[in-house]
Amino acid sequence: MASKVLEYQKKSLPQSMNKLGWILLVVGAIAGAAAFYLDTTRALYNYLIVYMFIMSIAVGSLFLIALEYVAGADWSVPLRRLVEFFAALIPVMFILVIPLLLNIHTLFHWSHAEAVSTDAILQGKSAYLNSTFFIIRVFGILIVWTLFYLLFTRNSMKQDITKDQKLTKHNILFSAIFIPVFAITITISSIDWMMSLEPHWFSTIFGVYYFSGTFLAALAALTLAVIFLNEKGVFGKLLIPDHLYSLGALQFVFINFWGYIAFSQYLLIWYADLPEETVWFLHRWEGGWVIVSILLIFVHFVVPYAVLLSQPAKMDPKRLKFASIWILFAHLLDLYWLIMPNMSSGKEGSVPFGWIELVFPVALVGLIIVVFTMRAKNKNIIPIGDPKIERGLDFHL
Amino acid sequence: MNNKKFYGLTALFNTPNEIIKAAKKLSSEGYTKFDVHTPYPLHGMDDAMRLKPSKLGYITLFFGLSGAALALLFMYWTMSIDYPMVIGGKPFFALPAFIPIAFEVTVLLATLSTVIGMLTFFFNFPNNNHPLIGTDYLRSVSVDKFGIAIESDDEKFNNTAVRAMFGSLGAVKVEEIYYPDTETFPLFQKKFIFLLLTFAVITSGTTYFVLNKLMFMQPFSWMMLQDKLIPQEKSEFFADGFGMRVPVEGTIARGHKPYEFKGEVNPSSFLINPIVPSKESMMLGKKKFLTFCSPCHGNFADGDSRLRGQFPNPPTLHTKRVRDMVDGQIFHIITNGQNIMASYASQTSVEERWAIVNYVRALERAKNATQSDLDEIKKESAANGK
Ligand code: HEC
Repeated sequence: MASKVLEYQKKSLPQSMNKLGWILLVVGAIAGAAAFYLDTTRALYNYLIVYMFIMSIAVGSLFLIALEYVAGADWSVPLRRLVEFFAALIPVMFILVIPLLLNIHTLFHWSHAEAVSTDAILQGKSAYLNSTFFIIRVFGILIVWTLFYLLFTRNSMKQDITKDQKLTKHNILFSAIFIPVFAITITISSIDWMMSLEPHWFSTIFGVYYFSGTFLAALAALTLAVIFLNEKGVFGKLLIPDHLYSLGALQFVFINFWGYIAFSQYLLIWYADLPEETVWFLHRWEGGWVIVSILLIFVHFVVPYAVLLSQPAKMDPKRLKFASIWILFAHLLDLYWLIMPNMSSGKEGSVPFGWIELVFPVALVGLIIVVFTMRAKNKNIIPIGDPKIERGLDFHL
Repeated sequence: MNNKKFYGLTALFNTPNEIIKAAKKLSSEGYTKFDVHTPYPLHGMDDAMRLKPSKLGYITLFFGLSGAALALLFMYWTMSIDYPMVIGGKPFFALPAFIPIAFEVTVLLATLSTVIGMLTFFFNFPNNNHPLIGTDYLRSVSVDKFGIAIESDDEKFNNTAVRAMFGSLGAVKVEEIYYPDTETFPLFQKKFIFLLLTFAVITSGTTYFVLNKLMFMQPFSWMMLQDKLIPQEKSEFFADGFGMRVPVEGTIARGHKPYEFKGEVNPSSFLINPIVPSKESMMLGKKKFLTFCSPCHGNFADGDSRLRGQFPNPPTLHTKRVRDMVDGQIFHIITNGQNIMASYASQTSVEERWAIVNYVRALERAKNATQSDLDEIKKESAANGK
């Protein structure tokens, strides 16, 4: 059979994409800055949501790369380059994290020495939850992620030219190391940035819960990029519905996984009914938050489940595109639900929703598009040097 | 020469490309009743044969949804309607606790229905006599050949035309297949039954061993060896050796109000009747009176006991003595008993006791009606038009 890789022609991404990205980013960033000026606390919490979303896409993508290598998957090889572009957000996080670190005292109750001194529980946790160690962890983890990001993408890019099979072997080794590292770092990050917002509360499944959303968000972002770029003809005729089906099936699986983990966390806390654990759900059940909580079940589980259940839905670009956008929104809502009640909860606590909540996601979308397009500039959109690319393109279910 | 029933024609090919070409040709010519057999799955075969997506998924969906609905309904009925029990202080309809079970039943019914549906609708269970079974054709396609079989029932089927087409496609061997006259592979043959029995014995044996033996061996039994209180057994934990603890002194049951004059024969004062008689409370009082008091005091409290002779004759409650008692005193007698009449405190709630008192009062008034009572009744009847 004729080689499909030879059919590949390098095409640049549509110009409009970059432009749109910049517009969204600049408008969002200016409005965001205004929000900081007007209501620092609220803007900060919104910023944290956006930061965690970027972490989801960036580190989730890095995990997707590693997963492909260790699993020896063929079908995803033609799509891996896009995942690498998304992972380019990781180095950007060094800059993005600064406003959060400067405002550590606004976000984290445990960072106040006088609060800790009168609180036996916080004293017990202070060996871990203190500002110095927190900052060390944040940068340590960012450095580890960046390191792996550079290793993976360097090798992958080099392979486009050298076609050296050894590079794949190296990346498989790095992936095998990265996966346990990922499990630990993503758990620590979720505990540090989100669980410690309510420092008295704890849940051992919290890291996995965040991971399930992370994976889903990275997958949805990838699917969206694949379908969009395929529509614009960047892939030529290289992709077939079977590729989409695999993406759709994986999305479906992880929607179930999210539901499973979210329910596990709820069931155990509900059943044991211990005040120190239930308080967290209570904060999300009082006042207007009950609506958000119930909405989350439908937005994050019921609707995407129903949309993706049938086999044709997983192959149909239109429905898959809808599902991907929906899932990305669901992840944003999930983070909002995890983070926001720490700013305002209780019977009187309103559910903050206004222009501030809208401008940050605008900047977020803009940033992701800008980083993606800048990174994709002049690059091959598929890893043409990968030894498995031929099999990946010739993939049939 | 041959009176067996004709099934169809089979053809063998050497390469996957040939078989895909053959399948494409057949489907484009409009044949529908044909099937392809290959040693391993071939990409693109569904398209070549123009197969429609299987309908099996609908069976799975239907039974999966019924599984969820049935499980939830069943748990709702048992746990909230038929035999409500408080478990861990949760509501009777404790949805979160029901979800794992509903999920399991969903999966169970969905998978079972898929397998059974596949066997019955697609494999015609219990028929096990596909004419291709046991033929040389089927043997070669499970080794290294690629085969195609057309049934003679196909509307377009024509023996010579099909043979010619197979020939032009490059078939290496074309064969005629007939239905066997006797069942070659009946489903219920000795071997198969024996196999089923063996499986049944092995599964139940393993289950028995795991649940009744293995779980009680080290280290699987470690969970049983924890420090805990075992009811009715001596406990090492407490100095007095009892596992069950006595409640703290002064503990009272929820919603229970201790009776002030408990055990006093002649209490210094009595409680005030807190109940305003209503139709419901009167009906309750009647019911409880008939249940607990009437055997001794008679249906109308006349003292005409149904136990005559077996128990000292209980008095009528229409004596002046009883009529002069305040409500609280009758309440006291029911609660505490009096001489040989026992206490009815454990059988009746406080509310029920007051209802009985009111009912006794009504009986008393009825038996000892005055002229003014009669006048009042007449007036009321006239007002009601009777
Ligand atoms: C087992 C038979 C029995 C039952 C059942 C019974 N009683 Fe009595 N009751 C007696 C006897 C016998 C006496 C007389 C006790 C005594 O010698 O002072 C009595 C006495 C009384 C007296 C006091 C009468 C008096 O002249 O001192 C009242 C009031 C009374 N009963 C009410 C009730 C009510 C109300 C019930 C239903 C909850 C009830 N009894 C159920 C056997 C019974």
